[in-house]
Amino acid sequence: MGFDRESNIYTLTFATIMVVLVGGLLAYVSMSLGPAQSANISNEKMQNILQAIGISETKGIQREQAGKVFNDYIKRRITIDYQGNILSDKKSTDPISATDKLDAFNIDLRKEYSKFIKPIMNQHKGNPEATKEALSKSKDIHFPIFVCEFNGATYYVLAASGKGLWDDVWGYIGLNSDLVTISGAVFDHKGETPGLGSKIVEPWFQEEFIKKKISDGTKFVPIRVIKPGSHEPNEFEVDGISGATFTGVGVGEMLIRTIEVYYNFFKSHPEFSGTTTVVATATDSTDAASGATAAVASDTTSAK
Amino acid sequence: MSETKSEPLFSKKNKELITSPLNKTNPVTIQILGICSALAVTVQMDNALVMGFAVMAVTALGNVVISAMRNLIPSRIRIIVQLVVAAFLVICVDQILKAYVYDVSKQLSVFVGLIITNCILMGRFEAFALGNKPWPSFLDGIGNGLGYSMILVIVALFKEVIGSGTITLPGIGKLSIIPESVYQFGYENNGLMLLPPSSLVIVAMIIWFQRAKNPDLIEA
Repeated sequence: MGFDRESNIYTLTFATIMVVLVGGLLAYVSMSLGPAQSANISNEKMQNILQAIGISETKGIQREQAGKVFNDYIKRRITIDYQGNILSDKKSTDPISATDKLDAFNIDLRKEYSKFIKPIMNQHKGNPEATKEALSKSKDIHFPIFVCEFNGATYYVLAASGKGLWDDVWGYIGLNSDLVTISGAVFDHKGETPGLGSKIVEPWFQEEFIKKKISDGTKFVPIRVIKPGSHEPNEFEVDGISGATFTGVGVGEMLIRTIEVYYNFFKSHPEFSGTTTVVATATDSTDAASGATAAVASDTTSAK
Repeated sequence: MSETKSEPLFSKKNKELITSPLNKTNPVTIQILGICSALAVTVQMDNALVMGFAVMAVTALGNVVISAMRNLIPSRIRIIVQLVVAAFLVICVDQILKAYVYDVSKQLSVFVGLIITNCILMGRFEAFALGNKPWPSFLDGIGNGLGYSMILVIVALFKEVIGSGTITLPGIGKLSIIPESVYQFGYENNGLMLLPPSSLVIVAMIIWFQRAKNPDLIEA
């Protein structure tokens, strides 16, 4: 070797070359794999939304497939704010543009939770009224709605995000056209305990939500995640996962916080429900007629 | 780097580089390195397999890179150089997993990134690659990666079968191991096995078993 390996000049030169080289290589790797990675992420989101509809056609849909058929099912993408103002309303014919931050599909729930919702909740800890008040004033929190039309029936997929035991949890809830009965649910998490909290992604937990209600007909009733085995869950409760109490608490909290916003929105926008009080579209009314149970019927009448 | 005389690729010495970490110099049970991830990613068999494979790839490649540069690396910053090589390879592995095996990458989440801090890596770079030629270093990396994977798989086997009653294999999915009839008799999955502490017990048992079999491993 021609150089003195212990000299400062050599050490500095070596370090500089190494860092520039490694940095360049990493940038190249990241750039070349980037498209495949973001396609995975967006396909997974579509897969979750489609699964949350709760119809058998999209239940076991694969990730790669989800991207292709998403627009066949999801006909409208709406973004609302806490007060229920519509900020963006796109049809399935409008392409999902990555630059349109208000497009319901581009709403990054986890980011909004950690950036805007969590600080407010921490600030008003232990004071639910003040928390709600502060949340309602925030302009940064968005609520996406995905309207699915399939076989003459309309479904609404709502989204929620919150915090489990270790890290973020989020999910999608599908509502029937009565806007009260849950048709499907999908949850996911970032780092819940494997084998315990991570079970929220399993079908048996998600299926518990199906046919549960978010309203008793007159007012909003939050879905509660109860301790498993404590009592038979009623139509507003689901069994939690034993050993994963805090994940359940987190799921319950995010549902209470977000579903109420949607409930109020639908209440003040009767054009979205299949009730007889508004001029319902043909598709809506057929669904309300065919899928109506006694409880649903009573709810649709009292929702006037 | 011309050597005096060429040695066959799989000479006895080279073969030992692969076989010895499986037993007498096992990185986990003998050197007690890489314990942290052995505790965390062993709840399901598929995670253990992918993690083992990732560590093996990073150790082997990293060993080759470090070994090829061993005459160029300034000794004062050699640890930093090793760290940069490890970090680079790990980020590549992470990016590749995210692009091609997205589901596995989601399950392994932070643990892929934590391979950087896996002591086996730095241990092998420092102890072996810096003083040996690339080929033996490669074999040493593969051997230690295998030794690590082996322990992960054994731990995952116990944890998943006793904890969930299943075996999850990559590409195949969950296989039920414990028949439904056993559950009807009142058998329950042991939730403790799903938590990290249970791995310590299993690793300790492997160490016990291994030392009972090899009396020369027992310190006085």
